[in-house]
Amino acid sequence: MMKRIRVLVAKPGLDGHDRGAKVISRALRDAGMEVIYTGLRQTPEQIVETALQEDVNVIALSVLSGAHTYLFPRVMELISEKGMKDVIVIGGGVIPESDICALKATGIREIFTPGTNTRRVIEFIQTAVGE
Amino acid sequence: MFNEKKLTEIEQSQKTWQDKLDKSLAKFPERQKFAVKSLYTPLDNAKSDYLAEVGLPGEFPFTRGIQQGMYRTKLWTMRQYSGMASAEESNQRYKYLLAQGQTGLSVAFDLPTQIGYDSDHPLAQGEVGKVGVAIDSLADMEALFDGISIEKVSTSMTINGPAAVLLAMYVAVGEKQGAKPEALSGTIQNDILKEYIARGTYIFPPQPSMRLITDTFAYCSQNIPKWNVISVGAYHIREAGATAVQEVAFAFANAIAYIDAALKVGLNIDDFAPNISWIFTADLDLFEEVAKFRAARRLWAGIMKERYGATKPKSQMLRFHVHTAGSVLTAQQPDNNIARITWQALAAILGGTQSLATCAKDEAISLPTEDSARLALRTQQLLAYESGAAKTVDPLAGSYYVEQLTDRIEQQAKEYIAKIDSLGGAAIAIEKGYMQAEMSVCAYAYQREIENNERIVVGVNKFVNDDEVQSGDYLKVDPVAGEKQRQRLSELKAKRDNDRVAKTLAALRQAANGTENLMPYLIDAVKTYATLGEICGVLREVFGEYKANLEV
Repeated sequence: MMKRIRVLVAKPGLDGHDRGAKVISRALRDAGMEVIYTGLRQTPEQIVETALQEDVNVIALSVLSGAHTYLFPRVMELISEKGMKDVIVIGGGVIPESDICALKATGIREIFTPGTNTRRVIEFIQTAVGE
Repeated sequence: MFNEKKLTEIEQSQKTWQDKLDKSLAKFPERQKFAVKSLYTPLDNAKSDYLAEVGLPGEFPFTRGIQQGMYRTKLWTMRQYSGMASAEESNQRYKYLLAQGQTGLSVAFDLPTQIGYDSDHPLAQGEVGKVGVAIDSLADMEALFDGISIEKVSTSMTINGPAAVLLAMYVAVGEKQGAKPEALSGTIQNDILKEYIARGTYIFPPQPSMRLITDTFAYCSQNIPKWNVISVGAYHIREAGATAVQEVAFAFANAIAYIDAALKVGLNIDDFAPNISWIFTADLDLFEEVAKFRAARRLWAGIMKERYGATKPKSQMLRFHVHTAGSVLTAQQPDNNIARITWQALAAILGGTQSLATCAKDEAISLPTEDSARLALRTQQLLAYESGAAKTVDPLAGSYYVEQLTDRIEQQAKEYIAKIDSLGGAAIAIEKGYMQAEMSVCAYAYQREIENNERIVVGVNKFVNDDEVQSGDYLKVDPVAGEKQRQRLSELKAKRDNDRVAKTLAALRQAANGTENLMPYLIDAVKTYATLGEICGVLREVFGEYKANLEV
């Protein structure tokens, strides 16, 4: 039997809007994945440490405050420092299209903006983990 | 309105009509099942006692509005939520909006400020000036209101955890401008319970947070009589996934907890209740939203009169600000948001709001640009001066549909409040995760409806433009804003009288360990340019910090 996909849904920074993070957590769980939610106000260090401890396949970052330009690349730096090559990182939130290219250049695999169908996220994760 | 004979006639006619409708539906089925009926008639309101339940504007139970003349006498206050980057940049935006005809100010603070951290705190990295203005000390607050007479303009501040500290700064700015505290008018949000369930910008645990709130109630009733001591946040509860009924019910349950806490420390209901204000959302379902405002007014009037024995009419009036719903705006085809915002604002106006903030069309993408902020304000001005919506009071009253919806929302909200009472009140219900769980189920169900096409969102799951390209014209906060702010903070710390700062912080610590009202100590501390982070740091040491429950 295939191992269940493990996902860390993380809220880096001080943003408290977690409706999206909670909805996506439920959707991923309904799709058969194991989901760990960090709760609010996590530092990039805490997130990467949790990802390591929990041995997750995917880190899903959610930020609506505009701080993604600092927080997302910082998470990627730490992942690279720890040599976590197999972890897939995706991001979501209020993120302008013009920031997406730069974020992907840091190694983030995909950015999902408001209005994204959760099925798209599920399929993306399943395909990416299966690769 | 209708006698028995007339009602029987209507009932018979309606039966005949229903037969015809059923035959027609056999051939042409309804395009969708809705939770509301296809038709409302006087039968839906047959048992209504007009004067007791609906009545006249400006009179108990205030269903039709809190003033006799409403917008015929004075339009609502146009108060756009605004703030970004530094105090100077936000000051420029305020002056611009006032010059464009805005009639009140509403300050958006950045997240470090909202959570009581200075801009140089490690957790503030990347957040300074992003969702609002960075305020570290009185110096920033002085710059924020530079050239704006706060005696003449009322200011609403969206601040909760450290609301008492920001109010202290506002009082100090007033003093510097020569304005006496009794001349100041405005609002601090000061609603911590909704932060635990909906918005996440809490600092301290519930008990000391409640003390800070009752301290502001007591201080303002003595010293700043025109100040709204709390703006109970229904808005944030709805935005976090609640239904219209839950929005009203959970916010009311929180308000009941604040009132109980204030009564427990010996305050008199009619001394502080007139200064309780509210913030609601205006979501997409126009008629449900109008009914929600009417139901909320009636329900609150009843709670104040019957549960608390408040006798002043102003204590019984639900006075509220409306902010149109940000969560339903779409990043896809953002111009569509202009239309959404317009009818949301119309719902607020038809619902009798006292003050209104309209979202800007680009808010699902970033902070608003100056152009989109102006258009959002113009939307209100168009509705005020061109739409005719402000010509008469409560124009949808008497609509069989709206009256029935009003009754339903009130009834269902009452049931929720009774349930929360039975759990031991809002604070305990929150600790048990009751409200969070109810909202979480609804938020997920809402998302499922969109994904199953049971709920249509234009541009998202229907009428989609595959070739859509997002415009590059959106507001970017200067990435060096954080650096500049940290620089400024370090200069301030070098030049202020640090002995005086230490003394006022020590006095604050002592008071926090006791039971005295903290407001005078906070005012003394901010006047020495003690920073928000230092002040909240002292309170964090004494009060501890809140840790959230992680259930999803």
